[in-house]
Amino acid sequence: MFKLSLKLAASVGLVAMLVGATAASAKTLVYCSEGSPESFTPAMNGTGTSFDADRPVFDKLTAFERGGTNVGPGLATSWDVTDGGKTLTFHLRKGVKFHSGVNGFKPTRDFNADDVLFSFNRQWKPDHPYFKVSGGKYDYFNDMDMPALLDTIEKTDDYTIVMKLKEPNMPILANLAMDFASIHSAEYADFLMKAGKPEQFDQIPVGTGPFIFVTYQKDAMIRFKKNADYFGEKALVDDLVFAITPDPTARLAKLKAGECHFAIAPRPADLEEIKKDKSLSLISQSGLNVSYWAFNTEKPPFDKKEVRQAFNMAIDHDAIIKEVFLGSGTSAKNLIPPTLWSYNDKVPSYSFNPEKAKALLASAGVTTPLDIDLWYLPVQRPYNPNGKRMAEMMQADLAKIGVNAKLVTYEWGEYRKRMQKGEHMTGQLGWTGDNGDPDNFFFLRGCAASKGGLNVTKWCNKEYDDRLNKAKSLSDIKERTKLYEEMQVIEQEEAPDMKIAHSIVFEAMRAEVSGYKQSPFGSHEFQGVDVK
Amino acid sequence: MIKFILRRLLLTIPTFIALMFVTFIAIRLVPGDPVEVRTGEHGISPERLAYFRHELGLDQPVWKQFFDYVWHLLHGDFGVSLSSNEKVLTEFLSLFPATLELSIAGILFAVLLGIPAGVFAAVKRGSWFDHTLMGAAVAGFSMPIFWWGLLLIMLVSEGWHLTPVSGRIDMINFYFEPTTGFMLIDSLMSDQKGAFLSALHHLVLPMIVLGTVPLAVIARMTRSSMLEVLSEDYVRTARAKGLSEFRVISLHALRNALIPVVTVVGLQVGGLLAGAVLTETIFSWPGVGKWLIESIGRRDYPALQGGILLISSLVIVINLLVDLLYGAINPRIRHGG
Amino acid sequence: MAAETVTHQAAPAGPLSAFWNAFSQNRGAVGGLVILLIIIFLAIFADWVAPYSATEQFRGMTKLPPYWAQGGDPRFWLGTDALGRDMISRLIYGARISLFIGLSVMTVSVIVGIVLGLLAAFVGGAVDSILMRIMDLIMSIPSLVLAILVVSILGPSLTNTIVAVSVVYLPNYVRLVRGSALAEFGKDYIIAAKVAGVGPIRLMFVTVLPNCLAPLIVQAALGVSNAILEAAALGFLGLGAQPPTPEWGAMLADAREFIRSNPWIVTLPGLAILVSVVSINLFGDGLRDALDPKLRRS
Repeated sequence: MFKLSLKLAASVGLVAMLVGATAASAKTLVYCSEGSPESFTPAMNGTGTSFDADRPVFDKLTAFERGGTNVGPGLATSWDVTDGGKTLTFHLRKGVKFHSGVNGFKPTRDFNADDVLFSFNRQWKPDHPYFKVSGGKYDYFNDMDMPALLDTIEKTDDYTIVMKLKEPNMPILANLAMDFASIHSAEYADFLMKAGKPEQFDQIPVGTGPFIFVTYQKDAMIRFKKNADYFGEKALVDDLVFAITPDPTARLAKLKAGECHFAIAPRPADLEEIKKDKSLSLISQSGLNVSYWAFNTEKPPFDKKEVRQAFNMAIDHDAIIKEVFLGSGTSAKNLIPPTLWSYNDKVPSYSFNPEKAKALLASAGVTTPLDIDLWYLPVQRPYNPNGKRMAEMMQADLAKIGVNAKLVTYEWGEYRKRMQKGEHMTGQLGWTGDNGDPDNFFFLRGCAASKGGLNVTKWCNKEYDDRLNKAKSLSDIKERTKLYEEMQVIEQEEAPDMKIAHSIVFEAMRAEVSGYKQSPFGSHEFQGVDVK
Repeated sequence: MIKFILRRLLLTIPTFIALMFVTFIAIRLVPGDPVEVRTGEHGISPERLAYFRHELGLDQPVWKQFFDYVWHLLHGDFGVSLSSNEKVLTEFLSLFPATLELSIAGILFAVLLGIPAGVFAAVKRGSWFDHTLMGAAVAGFSMPIFWWGLLLIMLVSEGWHLTPVSGRIDMINFYFEPTTGFMLIDSLMSDQKGAFLSALHHLVLPMIVLGTVPLAVIARMTRSSMLEVLSEDYVRTARAKGLSEFRVISLHALRNALIPVVTVVGLQVGGLLAGAVLTETIFSWPGVGKWLIESIGRRDYPALQGGILLISSLVIVINLLVDLLYGAINPRIRHGG
Repeated sequence: MAAETVTHQAAPAGPLSAFWNAFSQNRGAVGGLVILLIIIFLAIFADWVAPYSATEQFRGMTKLPPYWAQGGDPRFWLGTDALGRDMISRLIYGARISLFIGLSVMTVSVIVGIVLGLLAAFVGGAVDSILMRIMDLIMSIPSLVLAILVVSILGPSLTNTIVAVSVVYLPNYVRLVRGSALAEFGKDYIIAAKVAGVGPIRLMFVTVLPNCLAPLIVQAALGVSNAILEAAALGFLGLGAQPPTPEWGAMLADAREFIRSNPWIVTLPGLAILVSVVSINLFGDGLRDALDPKLRRS
């Protein structure tokens, strides 16, 4: 027995030494990611984790500049806007090669207009041969209202695509840079269809992107290699590995041990430690999101403005930022984050004042103890790291003004559905911006969204709503800004919700990683990133 | 003997059918919808929801869904995972080797340490070693392994840097296509130097965590079984004949003492799979335990059904094998049931 | 299972003192019992013993280390958690929750187990087969997966945790009762009772059951500790008691993110689970040695 354990100990030691001794020959960048992708077809995915895993392989017609929100050329080198903004003509890039040798597929032609048609029609036309392959869930295409916006997409020659819209809409150029609009190879689709295994199209991806897919082992790793022929900013490493590590503690430990170079979503609790570690570097950027605590204005006593204001004063905001966000968030007073244009900094914020809150409640005719329910997020969201802990703090604060909050939660799908139906009295929720337009946030308090929709406060205010609708139809940014600023004042006074925070997104990496640019959309891109 | 095996096999059939039915119903009772659970703040329009529910056959009456499921199952088709669109069987088989590797390592660790330790403790009954071992065994037996795993990672991996924190191999330095799915075998087959040791190195800590409870159980069982055997007449006879103590213990006593231990080892297999769920979660180990838990969260009906069915079948088969083995080494028992 | 029973070996001094004599020889068991009694005391008198309420949040004093460590505060012996709640108070109230879970699961599964086990043994035939197949079924699904499935169906809460864990451990009791009842069956005193015209219910519960109790008591004692572990595992996976209930597993899970920065918040609840489970197991071992002569220390 002792001999045996000695042997064991010896072999463990040996292993440790040998592993330490081996050196890498090719340059490999290991990214400790959060989970397995849903599929390798971005159009069918819905999570950032999945998009991150697909993105190395693909390009879109237009592209967000790396680390920004500006839209520039991608597979389309330029575009013309005619017909009062209703017709977009895209001129495609020539000489772009699809990845060769993946899954036995060798492309015989360059990228052209057929690939663009294939990529959009697949999501759009129910009679498309690939529409139903792998379940046919094209959530983003529908979420971004593409079917309502698009009239026709046609090619006029191999390198020209004409897109006709039902009404003028400039943000669509940003939509086309989103992951769901990735361009796939139509030839690869035919190749697989002929081979009788179309479902592989969404499991083994072929694109034009900076990295070529090599292999995927579920829940373990995804491996890419450099695409030396890439037309844009090239990959600087030979191999890109996604080491799937769901546990953040493990991710950090791996990062510290040099087992990965880059780790997604470090825990706020670990930020101090990362900052102190000289072998690591930490960057941050405020996220395009907001978390709020919605009051159901259709249910008494929340139909009274004073009650809602009182609740805004009852909660110790700073404590939540400190203990729940652990510094990875900034206190919010408006629906939009301060980085977005039209943010109104003159809007005052409610200050923590239980005495005044009590007085307000009393003046509104509310008798305490008051029983309410407080719905808390069952899952971690980008804008709320821990709904449960936040709810426990709110519960304790509310108790001090004589309000008994019962904590309630449901499974995530159920939670959202019930809140949209208005079953809650108060509840946590939030929003992550899609395309960088303020309307993408402000519609959340509009009347249209209040009827069974995403406006879970069920608040419908004519002053606010008129401005919302007017701003949408205007093209002049100055005029829009003015309207949005006024809306923020109205909303602050009416307080259909309590704004909680905008999160700050942190990225942790090894000090030897260079060239990484943080994306405001929270996506991760590794072309142009090097390991020393 | 053959009759006994056949009878046992026949008895498992109704269990299988009930298992299919119960998991099928149970899974559908879990609140939440597989289509809705995957959407973000945007939610999903009722028309699109209805469309997908129709596509997935979820709008059919439950009994019809069940018969469709059984019908496909009889053709070896476990369905397609709703979250990954991968065939459930393919997905299971791609993850299962990782669980199996971990489980085998865990049970080997437990057996190889537990039996000698138990024998030694029995032989030196009342000694310092005996007391320490039995104390440690109670602690091991009572261990909340999710905590134990965290604690060991904190100490061994992060404190002393002896083992890696998670994963199955060093991904910076080694890469090879999986052929068997067993990292130890694959790494041996690859011609990359050090790959095998790296795989072994990654396996050590999860193996210890998973093996702790069985180790304690086996050590205790071996000890008490050995104590009992050592007081039997034939052992005394053997001693009286003047056989060396080593021969007495290894030849006469141990063989008989191991009979109940075999059953205990078998019984640990079920527990091992439950432990694997937690161990895999803590160590980011890409196995079926973690996959099952995540499938519940994703309301991935086909994956859950298929996964539970496959795992449970495995447990049933292993229990059967243990019974048979028990019958084989202990001829007195042939009539279990 | 063991055919010998307590009644046969009752010493003139009375079964209880005989039991105590056997039990007290085992130092580990006595130690376990003492710790267990302390935990029970803390659980019952938590309202008086705990320095603070389990849910009172001391803002600005979050994540304090135990008082002896650097930065500790003498007001909080074992420090505070992520919301500034007193750790020792939460652990003490947590003992109440864990013991409650353990005992409830034990009670439910023992009662249901006795009824179903005796039913299977007495009625036999189809009832027996069906019951035993159902138990096989339950046992073939890995316990934690089954418990998670049950909790997912019923929704996470303390009560449902108890239901889920009871279901998981039920087969042990059913099989045990059925096995020992069957073993008693051929014995003379049963036959005598039957001849004397004792009704089936009376026969089941009054004549046979007491003679199956010894192994059942041992199983039940160990069952409490298993239930505590299983419930803690559910809590750890976020499926157990809901906030702000100070359940140990849930406390551990909630604090998991602080394992690097504030390790004691994670360490203490785990230690509490370990200590209580160890004490129950030691006690259970002693109980078995004292009650079950076959496994008694020689």
